[in-house]
Amino acid sequence: MKGFGRYIIFLGSLFVRRETFMTYYKLTMEECINIGVKSILLFVLVSSFMGGVTTLQTGANLVSPFVPRFIISNVVREMTILELAPTIMAIIYAGKVGSSMSGGLGTMRITEQIDALEVMGINAASYLVLPKIVASLMMYPLLVIISGICALLGGYLVGTLTEILTPTEYVYGIRYSFNEFFISFALIKSFVFAFLIASISSFKGYFTKGGALEVGIASTQAVTASIIAILLADYFLAYLLL
Amino acid sequence: MIKIKNISKSFDDKEVINGISGEFVKGKTNLIIGASGTGKSVLLKCIVGLIQPDTGNVFYDLRNFTEADKEMKSEIRREIGMLFQGGALFDSKNVEENIMFPLNILTRMSAADKIERVNFCLQRVGLEGVNKKMPSEISGGMKKRVGIARAIVNNPNYLFCDEPNSGLDPQTSIVIDELIMEITHEFDITTVVVTHDMNSVMGIGERVMFLHKGHKLWDGSNKDIAHSGVQELEEFVFTNKIMKNLKVG
Ligand SMILES: Nc1ncnc2c1ncn2[C@@H]1O[C@H](COP(=O)(O)OP(=O)(O)OP(=O)(O)O)[C@@H](O)[C@H]1O
Ligand SMILES: [Mg+2]
Repeated sequence: MKGFGRYIIFLGSLFVRRETFMTYYKLTMEECINIGVKSILLFVLVSSFMGGVTTLQTGANLVSPFVPRFIISNVVREMTILELAPTIMAIIYAGKVGSSMSGGLGTMRITEQIDALEVMGINAASYLVLPKIVASLMMYPLLVIISGICALLGGYLVGTLTEILTPTEYVYGIRYSFNEFFISFALIKSFVFAFLIASISSFKGYFTKGGALEVGIASTQAVTASIIAILLADYFLAYLLL
Repeated sequence: MIKIKNISKSFDDKEVINGISGEFVKGKTNLIIGASGTGKSVLLKCIVGLIQPDTGNVFYDLRNFTEADKEMKSEIRREIGMLFQGGALFDSKNVEENIMFPLNILTRMSAADKIERVNFCLQRVGLEGVNKKMPSEISGGMKKRVGIARAIVNNPNYLFCDEPNSGLDPQTSIVIDELIMEITHEFDITTVVVTHDMNSVMGIGERVMFLHKGHKLWDGSNKDIAHSGVQELEEFVFTNKIMKNLKVG
């Protein structure tokens, strides 16, 4: 609980004594490239494979002749949009981006770079962390959209190439009884997760004490805490919004 | 001139520094010396405001820094340059961007003026032509020099150095020490240097403050340090001198 209180105070401190808008704009763009653009490849890879594998396994389990084949792609769509793209990808995002945020800030802390910023009269928390959170909020939803699309494409390729179902069936299943709210729900989730991962990882890294060993520990803790927060938030959002 | 009055600081009931008062003179190198763990770094951090002291005040040329409002604090901070123990260069920026950073944040100089100023500072610390190198590509001594260049780039009135020559070979140490002293005289800066190196004390200790277990036991010039009459200081000086003789012999 003490940690949670400090986390809230930390979030509050991001909004006092800020620099000029231009400074933040530049930093945010740099972060967007670091955490967004450089994650695209991993997201495309993982989500295409997950889409493909989900198609294969659903196909293998739905052997009853009474179930039409297009249900397979329908199941793939539901799983991808609701859970695989926003939530499972969030865990991957926590592992890739969260740990590097925390490691980077932890290193800046123990090598006194954060002190150096403070001596220059800069609010280091705000200067370093706010751009990361904003960039995360901008980039993660985009990554989720990309991975949703890739998962469906991956499913299409695997499903049709292995002749589990025809292209027409696949597309029909994708469009069958479509609820647009699920897209909004996935995006709401992705904003929440983006914020949680960036802020928790920064918080863990920013208050690192000690040496290189502690930086590693902080990164691990950042990923663990982010994943727990993601799962809790996932549960509450599903409970509240569905 | 910087004056400190009755500075104390404890961490979780453990008293680290205890009622320290004193002054640091303009245009001179003021040393804070003492054994490891006596609170030198904590005192320095209290002076520059990285740590809030429990009691006491710090005055920068009669301006009370500890009780100053935000504007006054940032005004004073603009006049401070600080060299950290490991250099504390920003890893993601190259040498030139590191040195230029305070100018970007604190001034509205034109790009050409900034480059010119950066090159002047680089040349002042004897490091021309490394502008585009990353901090990971230069040696420890060069990092310290880049750190000094960054600390003086915005013409500070006050310069703080935390162990400027720890981890350096004796020759480079002397070069860094002399550089700090020259810059102090040249630009008439109030310089405060934390060190436990007796070579530095004898070399650049124009004024010396000796800390022992969080208390100030002595201050004066390095010329008087050998006959201070303070037993702890004599022990400190003596053990170091033995080491010095060993090195020479
Ligand atoms: N943030 C902190 N929290 C708790 N204790 C601290 C903190 N910073 C310093 N201390 C304690 O204060 C004491 C003095 O530390 P300080 O770093 O000032 O020593 P020092 O005189 O600079 O030593 P050295 O010459 O080794 O750098 C140490 O015992 C240290 O454990
Ligand atoms: Mg120290």
